[in-house]
This record gives sequence, C-alpha cells and structure tokens, in this order.
Amino acid sequence: MTTKIDARGLSCPQPVLMTLDGIQAGSSGEIEVLVDTETAKENVSRAAASQGWEVVDVAEDGDGYRITIRKG
Amino acid sequence: MKLRNVFATRWGIIGVGLVIGILAALLQKWGNPGNMGICVACFERDIAGALGLHRAGVVQYIRLEIIGFVLGSLIAAYLFKEFRPRLGSAPIVRFVLGAFAMIGALVFLGCPWRAALRLAGGDGNAILGILGLISGIWIGTLFLKNGYNLGRAQTTHTAAGWMMPLMMLGLLALLIIFPQIEGQGKNGVLFYSLKGPGAMHAPLLISLGAGLAVGFLAQRSRFCTMGAIRDFVLFRQTHLLSGVIALIVAAFITNLTLGQFHPGFEGQPVAHTMHIWNFAGMALAGLAFALAGGCPGRQLFLSGEGDGDAAVFVLGMIVGAGFAHNFGLASSPAGVGPYGIPAVIIGMVVCLFIGFTMRKRSTQ
Repeated sequence: MTTKIDARGLSCPQPVLMTLDGIQAGSSGEIEVLVDTETAKENVSRAAASQGWEVVDVAEDGDGYRITIRKG
Repeated sequence: MKLRNVFATRWGIIGVGLVIGILAALLQKWGNPGNMGICVACFERDIAGALGLHRAGVVQYIRLEIIGFVLGSLIAAYLFKEFRPRLGSAPIVRFVLGAFAMIGALVFLGCPWRAALRLAGGDGNAILGILGLISGIWIGTLFLKNGYNLGRAQTTHTAAGWMMPLMMLGLLALLIIFPQIEGQGKNGVLFYSLKGPGAMHAPLLISLGAGLAVGFLAQRSRFCTMGAIRDFVLFRQTHLLSGVIALIVAAFITNLTLGQFHPGFEGQPVAHTMHIWNFAGMALAGLAFALAGGCPGRQLFLSGEGDGDAAVFVLGMIVGAGFAHNFGLASSPAGVGPYGIPAVIIGMVVCLFIGFTMRKRSTQ
C-alpha cells in the first residue's frame, strides 16, 4: 500500500517534515508526496535520499509534482 | 526539470555562497558601509528611511541591492518556469513576524547576512549575534517539531504575484525621478542621508547589477541563511549550511585581500558591544525567521517568484524598521536604543505566542 502525503501549499520545511514523518511511521514501503514548488520537490527528494529511500518517480501533477519514494 | 538544476546541488550552493561572499566584500570596497556589503535588514531599513517611514537622518537611501534581489529572482523564476503566484498562509502573522524580525535585527544591527559578513570582517560581536541567531532558530525548530504550521497557501492571480516586483520597480522609478543631489537631504518625495551609513553606497548600476546577480543565483539555489541553521538542527542536513559557510570564507578571504579585515570587538563599523543584547536581538530575529520559514533574503527571493506571503513578511520588516527608529528601539554604535530592551522582550513573547498557538490542529 502506498502512503499519500499532500504537502501542496505548505512552505519550508513542512513538506520535508511530513515526508520524514511518513518515513518514520514506516507503515509502508512506498510514499507518494504531492508538492507544488520546485523547492519542495528538491527538498523532499534530498530528504528521502538522506534516509536511504529511493526517488522512483517525479511526475507533473496539476500545478505541482507527485514524488514517489520507496524504501531502499 | 528535464534540465537538472545545477545550483541546487552541493557544489551549486557552495558556488553561490562564494559569489555572494566575494560580491558583498567588493560592494563594501565600492562604497557600501563597513561589513555591510549586503544587509537585508539594514537596507530595507534604509528604504523605510528614504520613504520617510522613519526619520533617522543617517539611514535613508533606496538600496538598489534589495530591488535587484527581487527582480533577479523574478527573472530567474520566469526563465525557469518557476513563477508561481500564491498567497494566503496566515499573511497577518507573517507581517507581525517580519516587523519583530526587523526589530530584533536592528537591536543587533544586522540580519543573518550581515552577521556572517561582520564575522568575515573580524567583528567579534558578530559571534554573539550568530549564537543568538542559532538559539532563536533552535527554539523555532522545537515549535516545528510540535506541529507549528501557518497553513496552506493558495494559487492566485499572476498579477497578485507581481505586487512586490512592481513595488520594487516603483522604488526604482522614484530613485530615477528624484535622484540624490549632492549636499541635499531631500529630493521630491525621497529622503537622503548626508552622513552616516545611509550616505555610503556603491555606484547605482553596480548595486543594481550585484543585486540582480544575487537574486538570480539565490532563486536558483534556494540560498537561505536561516534555513542553513534550521536544516542542520532539525535534520542534520548541511546542504544550505555549506552555502553560508562558503559565503563567510569567501568574504573573509576577499576582506583580507582588500585590507578590510580588522579583528576585535571595540570600534567595529555600525556595531555595539552590548553582548547580551547582540545575542538577544538576533535570537528574536532568528525565531521570527524560523517561524516565517525563511531569512530576510529568502523572503525577498520568494516574493520575486510570486509568493505573496513572503511579500507581506517583507512589508512587515519595512514597517518594523519604521517603528524601530521612531520608537527608539534600534541600536546605534553607542549601544541599544532607549526602548530596545523592552521591544526584544515583547517580540519574544509575541513569537512564543505565535509558536504555541498556531499548530497543525488549528489549521485543519
């Protein structure tokens, strides 16, 4: 099952905090994060990588991005 | 996004820090005040003075670096399709945070950018300021860990995202229409300083060019002095921090080369030696920046890419500068202003109130 996190409209560092919370919750091996700025996209990808998670997909989604990360 | 953003890599942010550090030291060489090649708080305060929002005669000038920061970011955002008009994340709170961030910064006499540059120029008082800054940001991270959140911004009209860039173009127009006249303290609607830091500035085009370059690079790299410390405290991430350290190293080396490095505590340019209040002023500013999600420079870059909430924070800072000088809250080289100490305490109380009351639960 994929955990979904909606961080659209939230400013720094909320998208990263939410992603890390999701990773620490550890209930699933895959998380989808929705963000709406380039900065949040970069920060979430960087944070996931720092936790040993892999960014498997970054897709455009409406005005923002859907980032899929998976436990490495 | 097909094209990788090189500025967002480790070497990208270090490169940007180096360029800003060198430019800042050079701006001082070219005429800006001591250890003030770039100071967002001081320069916004000077703009407030030029517009007559306060009447401290020594700090009145439309600083083109600030205009350049916003417009440089705007240009980068458009070139790379990152201009996203958005607002609505508790703007009034951001205004208040901006005002108190400015008051705290003016008790120390500088924003985080200038704290770094003061350190790179040998001013030991900056150490107290930076320790205060770290403490304030650390308090901010405790709130963040406990769910502090100002809520979501919404997408808005493109024109709404243009408000701050248009205001900056307006300031530029005023400066062109009412230029500085040698020996005169006023031309048309603009006030000018005849002496003091407000009378010291690099040539117009150099200031504007440097501002545009920094604005462009900082938008691309997401350079943020507060985020640098916050991310390290919160996540042990050193990405942004490596940019700030690069800035300090580059400014230090450039200062040494140019003979601008003067180590000591006494007699430093536009600085005082009241250690507790250097610390406390920056602690207040650091907390306010952390609660607002960006250092004063970052708020300018964000407002250039369409973030209306960051623009409101900037306006809060400019109005805060008016209060700081009208009410005697700002420090001078002689020490803190007559009401500076109570203002720092009130500011802390207000920021703690914001941190404690604005949690995730209350926004959902």
